[in-house]
Amino acid sequence: MAGNTAKLTSSSISPQQSSQHNHNKIEIKDLNKVYKGRNGDTIALQNTNLTIKNNEFVCVVGPSGCGKTTLLNIIGGLEESTSGSVKVEGVEVKGPGKERGVVFQQYALFPWKTVLKNVEFGLKLRGLSKQERREKAEHYLELVGLKDFANAYPKELSGGMKQRVAIARAYAVEPEVLLMDEPFGALDAQTRAQLQEELLKTWQKEQKTCFFITHDVDEAVILAQRVVIMSARPGRIKEIIDVDIPYPRDQSTKLDERFIEIKNEIWSKVYREYLEVSK
Amino acid sequence: MKRIPNWLLTVASIVMGLVVWYLLSSIPSIGAILTTPGKVLSAFMKEVSSGRMWTNVSASLLRVLGGFSLGLLLAIPVAFLMAWYSLVRAICDPWIQFFRTVPPIALIPLVIVSQGVGESAKISVIFVATFLVMVISIFQGVRNVDPTLIRAARVLGAKDKDIFLEVIVPASFPYILVGIRLGLAAAWTTLVAAELTGANKGLGNMIMEASLYFRMDVVILGIVVIGIIGLAMDKFVLFLERRLTGWQEIRQN
Repeated sequence: MAGNTAKLTSSSISPQQSSQHNHNKIEIKDLNKVYKGRNGDTIALQNTNLTIKNNEFVCVVGPSGCGKTTLLNIIGGLEESTSGSVKVEGVEVKGPGKERGVVFQQYALFPWKTVLKNVEFGLKLRGLSKQERREKAEHYLELVGLKDFANAYPKELSGGMKQRVAIARAYAVEPEVLLMDEPFGALDAQTRAQLQEELLKTWQKEQKTCFFITHDVDEAVILAQRVVIMSARPGRIKEIIDVDIPYPRDQSTKLDERFIEIKNEIWSKVYREYLEVSK
Repeated sequence: MKRIPNWLLTVASIVMGLVVWYLLSSIPSIGAILTTPGKVLSAFMKEVSSGRMWTNVSASLLRVLGGFSLGLLLAIPVAFLMAWYSLVRAICDPWIQFFRTVPPIALIPLVIVSQGVGESAKISVIFVATFLVMVISIFQGVRNVDPTLIRAARVLGAKDKDIFLEVIVPASFPYILVGIRLGLAAAWTTLVAAELTGANKGLGNMIMEASLYFRMDVVILGIVVIGIIGLAMDKFVLFLERRLTGWQEIRQN
């Protein structure tokens, strides 16, 4: 690992970073993605450059069609870029990898598997024994508060519970990077707020690099250390804004003056992008 | 208001049907063709005690299950290959579409000329009919597998083999069962047609022979027995469906 000089003395605003290696986790360089279609080419991503530090929490906001999901898919190894490179821990991304977990908006639970089997699935693929699988899966189900639902099928769960299972499933394989594509987008406001707080708590406990896509500016500001604003047509990074609000954060943080200030700043910029798209 | 339970409605419907049948058959002009339930029942007793019923039922069942099993055995791999590889799809699709529009009964003369009137002729016709029906519905099922589930499996570390066995097969299983139901129905339809054209036993043959002697009680008995066996098979597949694919999110009523 490069540059892993931990500085225990620094009085950083984030407790994560003070005790952790502060090296670059994800390096995105000159990334381009073009979709070839019958009606000509669509530039989904143009000259995208972004560096994400180890254990950093980064949110991406922008109008639909700005290439947020494309960017996540390329980092996740689910799509190939047209040109440019994505490196995780200095290694070029060439397909999905065990150090990167993904949480999808549509939960993507296997409906024929019980909650426990869903969480165990990634561990089974890694060749863990039945005993180990069970223990790990139960640990992570407990973390998301669904231990009592281990033997339920996804159809018996609410949307919020399904997404908790999906998060537990992603955590269970212990990835270093968590890629989340509007994971709370389909949930009601209350469940969403609850899951945001749970995610923050887990992030502080489990130490992971989080790359989180959302269209909800409030959500981005409450979660992230940095918010990336993207613009559409062609999709590119417009601006990156630091959120210098200390953790732990919770719903009361939303009343914080600084929170409102940053939120308004981001919102006005994102709003301009929405206007641009709807022209 | 309290709702009448569904099973009671089903029983009432069957009883009503029998009553209507009885009333209709007591009208002389209709009764000459549509014999009474009582006469059909006594015909049933006679056929059972003479052993002919069992001979006919087993002959028909053997043909249906033989042709159907062969059809299913071929339909599953062909459907999966077609869904997975566009090359296989391009090669197979026109033939399947072409033969699908031809009623399998139209193939019977051809089959009889080439294979005679023996068991293999009947099984071949049923095989073709069931294969065509099942290959299409299973293919559709495999194509309908939610791509997000495949992506979810991939990011968890699944290789092609894992995706096939752990995602594609279970996800398309409900469609395989639908294919089986359609295939069984097609098998019965085709069977009777095949037996009507030439056989020395089987339920279709029983109906044909009885009609020559104007034994309408035996004709109706044949129809009823075919219907009941078909219904029983369908219920059995539905039972399997509930047991094996209970995880599906479906409407409750």
